[in-house]
Amino acid sequence: MTTDAAPAIAHRPAGDEALNAGRYKTARRLEELALGGLALPALLLIGLIALAPNLWLCWLSFYGPNGFTLAYYERLLHPNYMLTLKTTFELSFLVTGICMALGYPLAYLIAQSSQRMASLLLLLVMFPVWTSLLVRCYAWLVLLQRRGLINTWLGDAGIIETPLRLVHNFTGTTIGMVHIMLPFMVLPLYAAMRAISPDYMRAAANLGASPIKAFWQVFVPLSLPGLVAGVIIVFVLCLGFYVTPALLGGGRVMMWSMQIERTVTYHSDWGAASALGVVLLVMTLLILWLVGRLVGFERIMGSR
Amino acid sequence: MRLPRVDRTARQIASKIIEAEGSHMNVTKIGAMALVGAGLVFAAQPAGAQQKSITVSSWGGAFQKAQREAWFNLVEKELGITVKEDTTSGIADIRTQVASGKPTWDLSTQGAYTCALLQKEGKLEKIDDAIINDPGVPAELKSSHWISQIVYSTAIGWRTKAFGDKKPTGWAAFWDTKNFPGQRSMRKHPLYNLEAALIADGVPMDKLYPLDADRAFKKLAQVKPHVLVWWSSGAQSAQVLQDGEVDMTQAWNGRIQAAMAEKEGKGGKLDITFDQQMLVSDCWLMPKGAPNKELAMKALAIMMRPEVNARISLFINYAPSNLKGFDAAVIPPEKLPDLPNSPQNKGKGFVMSVDWWVENSDEMVKRFDAFLQQ
Repeated sequence: MTTDAAPAIAHRPAGDEALNAGRYKTARRLEELALGGLALPALLLIGLIALAPNLWLCWLSFYGPNGFTLAYYERLLHPNYMLTLKTTFELSFLVTGICMALGYPLAYLIAQSSQRMASLLLLLVMFPVWTSLLVRCYAWLVLLQRRGLINTWLGDAGIIETPLRLVHNFTGTTIGMVHIMLPFMVLPLYAAMRAISPDYMRAAANLGASPIKAFWQVFVPLSLPGLVAGVIIVFVLCLGFYVTPALLGGGRVMMWSMQIERTVTYHSDWGAASALGVVLLVMTLLILWLVGRLVGFERIMGSR
Repeated sequence: MRLPRVDRTARQIASKIIEAEGSHMNVTKIGAMALVGAGLVFAAQPAGAQQKSITVSSWGGAFQKAQREAWFNLVEKELGITVKEDTTSGIADIRTQVASGKPTWDLSTQGAYTCALLQKEGKLEKIDDAIINDPGVPAELKSSHWISQIVYSTAIGWRTKAFGDKKPTGWAAFWDTKNFPGQRSMRKHPLYNLEAALIADGVPMDKLYPLDADRAFKKLAQVKPHVLVWWSSGAQSAQVLQDGEVDMTQAWNGRIQAAMAEKEGKGGKLDITFDQQMLVSDCWLMPKGAPNKELAMKALAIMMRPEVNARISLFINYAPSNLKGFDAAVIPPEKLPDLPNSPQNKGKGFVMSVDWWVENSDEMVKRFDAFLQQ
């Protein structure tokens, strides 16, 4: 439209040009409005079910019995919450790291397989996602506990004498969470890797790069957006995790989300719980912003 | 292969789901039956006469079913009214109802601690003196605004295989990892734990309150390395013992006894001691502004009669709060050793102070959370 109009304008008097520009502006605004109208239901929905409750949460965290207060946030300076924050981040970093180490080779394998094999492997990756979280946690309990399958087998085989402490602690929680998070790492990685044309690797080889060098200098950088997307998804989900640490942590692995639950059930303190929720939300947004600054969102979300 | 183990846990999960659904069905069923019943009675009434009713709430499930059999049916018969039922999930229900200014419940079942806390907040109606003054209910189990309906206890359960002939006889044994080596389980809450620690440290049961928190936490730190699981639900406290995951646990007597009655798990045979048990109770309360205050008070008076109160033990493994119930020849003698406050067990423990916990719970929970994470 604009390209057609541009040469025509040059032959017209100045007044006409201004008029035309005005018309063009109105048309553009109308089009914008129409587009905005189409997006309106989605915007309303998001505003209603995501934005409004979050704003309300925020308001609750600042509004005490006597009006505006920072008391709910001051409360968070208690060493309790610092310890919980430490545990939450430690666990989230560890789980994300292990997921990366396990997920990258797996995604690479799937991406290099034939279409049929890849579908089968992807199905295997997706299978746990379709099983209830609770059932998977209890299954780990059956496997890992003192008289569970792993300890009994290792004991019967004479490999260990005293049972290993695999569950009701940090170790068990990490194992359970890695199992649950792995698909969220593999899927974006696989998508990114599938999109890398094999021609690039061939070109690298043609230019004299060894397979290892070609992999590190060509393949890995190209798969990076998928990796970053996976890391963000896994890390952010880990920060808010509740069920697995509660069931496999033996009561001693205290996550931020558990503090929220305890604040509500034992203290019936909605303001303080809201403050905890707001802090978790802000931390998550900060991480997203940081990653966005470092890597750039276009690269992660819209690389292709 | 150890598949039977997997099968057992799967079955337990399945039975829990069925139990949950079953209790839901029962509530609906009871509700429907009550509705039909009310309809029939209403139809039979001469025109103009109105069937009176009260509404009570409780925990649902097997316990509420037992309350219906033991108490509600009798009340309906004697007063010629309908007892409508609802379920509660705790303190928030009462707070919301009272705040609304129009409560729908006349009576509600809650933990004694919740009753004491709600009284302090001024959310309860006063209970008739005639009911409160019954000497059969010990003073620690009632107040001017609430009265206990059943009693249970926090006791010690263990796997008999773990300690051979030796039997733990109280909290000192729980701390004694030399003579009773093995893993422990305790509640993920300071309640019970502080008391247990102080008794293990030598404080006599009748001189516990006010609790010396510093001393208690110091003693708790000694047992902490041996506590494998800090349990957060009653089901979990029994499960870890049944699975043989821990060797000794602190748990509610009903949970241990139920586990003892079930088929043996990986953990083998289980046992319980009432020595140094901590007696706790569930209470009746009346929300401030209850719609049928007078009628509900009459119903409460019937339910708290010793011979009626004791009927609960016929339908579920809970003990009456009115000790005169043990004289009323309602409970079969063979059941008495299993009830925490029966004449032979009552003296072995002490009644937990709800008043102390109402004042100090917030601070203690914070301190306990910090203790767990250190």
